[in-house]
Amino acid sequence: MKFPLTREQQIELYYYMKLNRQLEEQMVKLFRQNKIVGGLYSSLGQEAISVGTAYALEKRDWLAPMIRNIGALLVKGFRPRDIFTQHMARYTSPTRGKDGTSHFGDLKELHVVSPISMLGDLIPVMTGVAMAGRYLGQKVVALTWIGDGGSSTGAFHEGMGLSASQRAPLICVIENNQWAYSTPVSRQVPARDLADRAKAYGVASSIVDGNDVVAVYQTTKEAVERCRAGQGPVIIEAKTHRMRGHAQHDPAEYVPKEMVEYWKARDPIARYENYLTANKLWNEKVKSEILARIEKEILEDQEFAENSPFPPPELAEQDVYCEGPLPNEAKWRRPIEEVRPPKASVKPEWTVKDFGGQEHPTPGGAPASISGDGTGAAARKASKPVKKAPPVKASQPKGRK
Amino acid sequence: MAQVTFLEAIRQALFEEMERDPTVVCLGEDIGVYGGAFKVTQGLLERFGWERVIETPIAETGIVGAACGMSFMGLRPVAEMQFIDFIACCFNQITNYAAKSYYRWGAPVPIVVRGPSGGGVHGGPFHSANPEMYFVHTPGLKVVYPSTPYDAKGLLKSAIRDNNPVLFFEHKFLYRRIKEEIPEGDYTVPLGKAVVRREGKDLTILSYGAMMHTSLEAVELLAKEGIDAELIDLRTLLPLDREMILQSVKKTNKLMVVHEDTKTGGIAGEIAAVVCEGAFEELDGPILRVTSLDTPVPYAPSLEERFLPNVNDVVRTARELANY
Ligand SMILES: Cc1ncc(C[n+]2csc(CCOP(=O)(O)OP(=O)(O)O)c2C)c(N)n1
Ligand SMILES: [Mg+2]
Repeated sequence: MKFPLTREQQIELYYYMKLNRQLEEQMVKLFRQNKIVGGLYSSLGQEAISVGTAYALEKRDWLAPMIRNIGALLVKGFRPRDIFTQHMARYTSPTRGKDGTSHFGDLKELHVVSPISMLGDLIPVMTGVAMAGRYLGQKVVALTWIGDGGSSTGAFHEGMGLSASQRAPLICVIENNQWAYSTPVSRQVPARDLADRAKAYGVASSIVDGNDVVAVYQTTKEAVERCRAGQGPVIIEAKTHRMRGHAQHDPAEYVPKEMVEYWKARDPIARYENYLTANKLWNEKVKSEILARIEKEILEDQEFAENSPFPPPELAEQDVYCEGPLPNEAKWRRPIEEVRPPKASVKPEWTVKDFGGQEHPTPGGAPASISGDGTGAAARKASKPVKKAPPVKASQPKGRK
Repeated sequence: MAQVTFLEAIRQALFEEMERDPTVVCLGEDIGVYGGAFKVTQGLLERFGWERVIETPIAETGIVGAACGMSFMGLRPVAEMQFIDFIACCFNQITNYAAKSYYRWGAPVPIVVRGPSGGGVHGGPFHSANPEMYFVHTPGLKVVYPSTPYDAKGLLKSAIRDNNPVLFFEHKFLYRRIKEEIPEGDYTVPLGKAVVRREGKDLTILSYGAMMHTSLEAVELLAKEGIDAELIDLRTLLPLDREMILQSVKKTNKLMVVHEDTKTGGIAGEIAAVVCEGAFEELDGPILRVTSLDTPVPYAPSLEERFLPNVNDVVRTARELANY
């Protein structure tokens, strides 16, 4: 292991994954009892990605979840009660009932930025977080996720392009769970590996088995170090499978049965249990203690949520504008003089090293040939599936000095 | 007191705010070495450096999204749209991300999105827009549209210091055509407050942006005819200064609205509703509108002239209203 994990940490990874799963299972029950106000999404089978990536961050780092990243929120310090109350639209929820699902955050303590439903929007937003963190001298990394489907949005491209040109310390995890609602990846993008998108932005990328929590952790940790060292953004593609429908209402009959079977055999939690046992990192006693703890925490927090009131109607009219002070003053971790004139002053001119010509010394050089037949078959043939996380490849845009 | 152009006033506001507060940063396309398409940001890079004058790819969603993220870290980013028409490309980031953030999860988004707007310079359908009403319809935003150098500077400073997302429309026709003496150094003009440009008792004309100047010309002509019009500059469209509007209507009992934005869904309609709800009994005539045509902004000078309201339109409508 490049980034060793202590026994406690490996047990903790299990705790979060299992908590993630049990919590969502409990919410399915609540959904069937009509206690969830809106829709309910599931990250069944994808827990290793949320937990493994978030676990590689430090407290000072920032993340922004998507709907299937409940596990990451738990790792960052939110509790099951936050998830329950959000879904049940209670006054005690992080948004006081104003929004649902994982649409919440915490600027002050936990460094979590709220998503919105519009896929892709978080990439530019977290690019801004990463840029601002660097500007303030905080040495923080910003991490967010996107689905295979969401990686086709304009916001995703704009955000990645901006983060690349700024060499922002941003990690974007593409959770390739093979489906975007009812549409398989092959109908969205003619490439087998979505990590290939990184080449177009000139950023580093890597592919990881998304159902192997240790591999996810290792890959992310490496990306975090790169980012922290100022080497620019990283795209990590985590291969996995969505094991339920898009949301509770969707029976997902369009998913081939064999595909479900294939991925069921690779369940990240069952695999990790075997890993812990094989490596003698735990025993039955430890396991049952964890399970008991999880059950207790979930039931307590569910009770808390169910006993919480709905928000008072007048709240609907409040807080359209922020009238008070900012809750989050800028935290400077570098001398402010550095960004003030005259120290900040520069010559307003470009240094251009590459004059943009072609490498043909004599006129009449051969034009580049176009390869592939437009179906993407060539690209698919060229890229093999990757089982183990390869080293993070670097292709850095030149920094501006 | 020095005479400065509308453009120079805006530049001064940026300059002084960046000088005053290191959390203020600018981002946008070509705003650094080149100083911006209209040179509004000229000199900023030289003084404040690459970290605070951030040149971006052509990615309006990227720009505004990043501004939102920066604001969560305690910065006050000012994002430039090269032309305000391109704000359509980041509609989602503004209306869904920025506008709803504080209401939803208590995270304020103190950003400014500014850029050159408006027609009259033969910019054609994509470089002449007045897209303010898309945003006036969005709770959580503030929308500012100044008409004088003094206001432009003072309002931009307020916008930067405000803890909410503010859209700041700079009418490009005014950039170099309007000059005014403004005090040196720091002052602000509050958001959400209209101002009476000329007192009158016969009727009220509400306007903003470049049409303020058209209306002013009209008011002077009307005075010669014995029509004493009150002219109010809205300055901020959201939140709207309802109080001043109603006050003036209660005094003059007649109201017309002049704007360069197209007619259907323009702010005149909203103002008419506000007045009907708040001062219907006071009205001695219909609420009339002088606006652009309900078409895209056409390119040819002859077409654009037809499209835009002019002094004659304002005078004619005011006469009609005065005769009620
Ligand atoms: C911009 C945008 N368009 C459409 C939707 C509706 N929508 C929500 S989730 C989803 C599928 C997303 O697929 P993917 O990105 O692969 O994420 P997954 O659900 O697999 O986690 C769609 C189409 C949306 N939320 N945002
Ligand atoms: Mg998917």
